[in-house]
Amino acid sequence: MTGNHPPVPSPHAADASHGSMRSYAIGFAISLALTLGSFGTVMSGVVPPHLRLGVLVLLAVVQLVVQLIYFLHMGTAKSQRENTAIFLCTGLLIAIIVAGSLWVMHNANVNMMPGHGMSVPQAMSHE
Amino acid sequence: MTVTTVEHVAAHHDGHEAGSLTTVGFWIYLMSDCLIFAVLFATFGVLAGNTAGGPGGRELFELPFVLGETLLLLVSSFTFGAAMLNLHAGRRAGVIRWLMVTFVIGAAFIGMEVYEFAKLIHEGATPGTSAFLSAYFTLVGTHGLHVACGLLWIVVMVHQLLRFGLDDIARRRLACLSLFWHFLDLIWICVFTFVYLREFV
Repeated sequence: MTGNHPPVPSPHAADASHGSMRSYAIGFAISLALTLGSFGTVMSGVVPPHLRLGVLVLLAVVQLVVQLIYFLHMGTAKSQRENTAIFLCTGLLIAIIVAGSLWVMHNANVNMMPGHGMSVPQAMSHE
Repeated sequence: MTVTTVEHVAAHHDGHEAGSLTTVGFWIYLMSDCLIFAVLFATFGVLAGNTAGGPGGRELFELPFVLGETLLLLVSSFTFGAAMLNLHAGRRAGVIRWLMVTFVIGAAFIGMEVYEFAKLIHEGATPGTSAFLSAYFTLVGTHGLHVACGLLWIVVMVHQLLRFGLDDIARRRLACLSLFWHFLDLIWICVFTFVYLREFV
């Protein structure tokens, strides 16, 4: 009874924010290359050890952006501006939470663990 | 019948407005979910070195296995995209077919993750072994739980599509599910980078 209507052109069919086969294929190809790049960085040994962490972070950030654009259709188009603004705000919160936690806990770990033989003035000058 | 037609027209009339509002609301939910993961990642980052004499990630993780999980999730993101393209073209059979493909791939991912967890626990690396493993199981397990919820949601949507067809409600719900599914792939990028690969740097 329902669902057997002829395919009605959707009112939003022309909306660019829905993506196309081409955009999904491009997003998938780039993501695949970046994923293989990340695993290759660690598994192949081509990249010198001291550069690996930086390369991994860079590849991950690029892949996050690629998927946000090609799969989640985030952008500066009028229909997407709200989502993009909310996302950027969340990104700021995440940066504060993650970087702040790591920073504070690292200092607590270095300065306040017993057995380091460090007095309070030493710990303060250590900073 | 008249009543349904009137309702349908009314729903159609402000469908776009309500639909985009729902999507923005769902996006805000996703961002709050993002904060949950941010806290779990921060916890993992703080505790990653605290193995309490137990095994570390280098001895426990197998990168080819993780690469397999990663590729499954990436391909499932693409197949979900294919389902959405069919949705916008109004092809119900195509939407259902691609949703089912996505379900199978997602289920394979969950299967691999459960196998991995079972193997770790069998080897004696339980969540209670060290702070590192507690944080690991909580973070990766929370992601797995989300994927499992996504699978349940896919099943529900396939049922609704079979029963009610491609109406505005289905379109709206599938738009939200699409955001949810792609979002989980984003989280997984951070998981394989900062949890698995970082151990081998």
